[in-house]
Amino acid sequence: MRYVLLPTLVLIALFIFYKEANTNPLPEPATANPQSVTEENNLLGLPPVPIPANNPQTPAKIELGNKLFHDKRFSVDGTVSCAKCHNESHAFTDGLPVAVGHHGLTGTRNAPTVLNAAFNQTQFWDGREPDLEGQSKQPPVNPVEGGLANHEPILEITRTDPYYQTAFQSVFGVNGKELTIDHVSKAIASFERTLVSGNSAFDRYYFKGQTNAMTAAQVRGFQLFIGQGRCVSCHTIEQDHALFSDSRFHNIGIGINQIQQDIPRLTKAFLEAKNKGGEVDVMVLTDKKSSELGRFAVTNELSQIGAFKTPTLRNVELTAPYMHDGSLKTLKEVMVHYNNGGVSKADEQVNDFLSGGIRPLNLTDPQLDDLVAFMKALTSSKYAVPTPTQAAN
Amino acid sequence: MNTMNNSRRNFIKTAGTLAIGSTLPISLVELAFAEGSQNFTFAYISDAHIQHIKDNRFVRNWDRGLIRAVAETNLLTPKPDFVMFGGDLAQLGSKPELDHGAQILSALHGNVHYVMGEHDYYLDLGEYWEKLFGPQYYSFGHKGVHFVVLNSIKTYDDWTFKRWPTAEQRMQEMAILDNPNGSPFMVGEEQRLWLKNDLDKVNKDTPVVVFSHSPLQKIYKGWNFWTDDADQVQALLKPFKKVSVIYGHVHQIQYNQIGNISFNSVMATAWPWPYPQSYAQAEQYLPKLTVPMNRADPFFDRDATGWQFINLANGNADLNFTLYNNTSRVVRYNEKQKRPEDVVYQDEKARIVPQTHY
Repeated sequence: MRYVLLPTLVLIALFIFYKEANTNPLPEPATANPQSVTEENNLLGLPPVPIPANNPQTPAKIELGNKLFHDKRFSVDGTVSCAKCHNESHAFTDGLPVAVGHHGLTGTRNAPTVLNAAFNQTQFWDGREPDLEGQSKQPPVNPVEGGLANHEPILEITRTDPYYQTAFQSVFGVNGKELTIDHVSKAIASFERTLVSGNSAFDRYYFKGQTNAMTAAQVRGFQLFIGQGRCVSCHTIEQDHALFSDSRFHNIGIGINQIQQDIPRLTKAFLEAKNKGGEVDVMVLTDKKSSELGRFAVTNELSQIGAFKTPTLRNVELTAPYMHDGSLKTLKEVMVHYNNGGVSKADEQVNDFLSGGIRPLNLTDPQLDDLVAFMKALTSSKYAVPTPTQAAN
Repeated sequence: MNTMNNSRRNFIKTAGTLAIGSTLPISLVELAFAEGSQNFTFAYISDAHIQHIKDNRFVRNWDRGLIRAVAETNLLTPKPDFVMFGGDLAQLGSKPELDHGAQILSALHGNVHYVMGEHDYYLDLGEYWEKLFGPQYYSFGHKGVHFVVLNSIKTYDDWTFKRWPTAEQRMQEMAILDNPNGSPFMVGEEQRLWLKNDLDKVNKDTPVVVFSHSPLQKIYKGWNFWTDDADQVQALLKPFKKVSVIYGHVHQIQYNQIGNISFNSVMATAWPWPYPQSYAQAEQYLPKLTVPMNRADPFFDRDATGWQFINLANGNADLNFTLYNNTSRVVRYNEKQKRPEDVVYQDEKARIVPQTHY
């Protein structure tokens, strides 16, 4: 709660300041500092945050975005804010298999963390939006998320709410009809670009040379991660930073394995519906089976059937359940799935469209445990939950 | 609000166009046949190299490549009129390999025609293959096009019948690249005679499409990207107005024009080959290398492999390549230039810069 309170106070302060200074020219926004709220150390292991030229960071814009991110009024029943599914207390996820929208309606996909989403080359599990600005426009108008018919209710609020009137005027110099959904999404994106977090045990081990930063099991797990486990092929690590994602799309046998018989019917029906004007986000979030078509739904490429984006692994310890459909509860289950060569249960049949590279790994159970231990070395210090032993000390 | 709705509408519009592009290639091509109903496509899968380990175990990677190509081919809309399999179904020509490959291919919907590859042939000289798939060379007509299938991977009788103590060794020797014990492929006199008789019955205005495993042109002898009697076969095809030769074996995209004959290769589902370093044993027909195949990513088992569907709407073969982990490519016959061309990379500015590191 404190987290929400602080920016609100800032906004109120800004508001008061604005009222008083109303007759004077608007103050210049402070110079951009994307990480104004984070200590530099928190960025260990991350590349510079990409900031689009047409949406520079300013403290006021970040605060506005924070407020918008938490505003439940941007939904048909007044219960769904961005923060509902991207909740800071769950490392900006919701801890649920799939996201829950207005009136308890459920979608088809696991809410990904917003932490480090600023580095994603595409947004959503199927990459259907190129950037954060585009991303935040979809959920409020999705029938199983915000449930709004269009963006008009959001604009009505932002154009009339005194806080927002002042803030949008101050940040973008717009009011009334000039204020569009693009301004709203830009402010939200600016806020989200501050939600970046590195500085995990792995970062200190790998980029700072602190050999004791990881436990023996974690070090063994790291060796498996870059060796026999072949994890690093998609969850990439660079020389001076690590995002643990290749930003590509892979069919790894999740979800799609269960609907193999339906694929010919689904692909055909999906393309026909899309050609008739069906919207991808609506179609994939309201129909479980269509959702499993993955990246194909966006590109129509047969070679991308059942393929989903490689997610980052940073803070993965905090973002259970796992995979695009939240179907695996624990990191151990994830390791077993990969070790089986793309099936969660040994007797399940792998799908015909499986990505190359997904193959049985012949890892032993202790090796799988080491990999899980390594996953827990990827939690940022800022979000680390102290273990009982640490707490006792 | 307006911005959003507009951008959404535009997105859908673009997506709709793409959908047609990727699944209905026919609609993009101007028809030269009098009747639209004569228009058709066929799919082409090649070079699966199914490899037996022992008992019921096969190399998983080659299996998965063929399984994936079969599954995707079955999703094509509109459905291809038939499917070609371009040879090298097996790695060492054994019954278990041919049986296992045939089983995977049996999932294909519709008619399949088969071409013989050297990896299918040199163990028992095609005996078991014939039982599974029929004759080694044949022709058929389809919607006004004359199709010919040749076994182009035969060689000198002396090498085949007198050189090797065992059939297994003969197979192994032919499977090795740059092998001083190897021997060049050829169609051979018997088939050339048959081809002459077969073509004599065909009107010279009829489009002719020839399927062979090896290129019916001379590219690189050491890897048998080569057919020794290619010139004689080309001479038989010369009287026809529109001729396409489509071949496997090379595991990469090649295209060329020699006189009236368009040459196109198809991709492998197993693994990619690089463009071979050429050396002048014969006149070089291939155009200068313009699009080097980047080093395949060793993690992505399917990188630089794929399959293709082929559009014969204007009597020339237009090849649409589906390439995993890579951008799909289209090699289309250019009516003005009178030759096949990659529709994107032909323009010098659009070429991919080759990788120089590693």
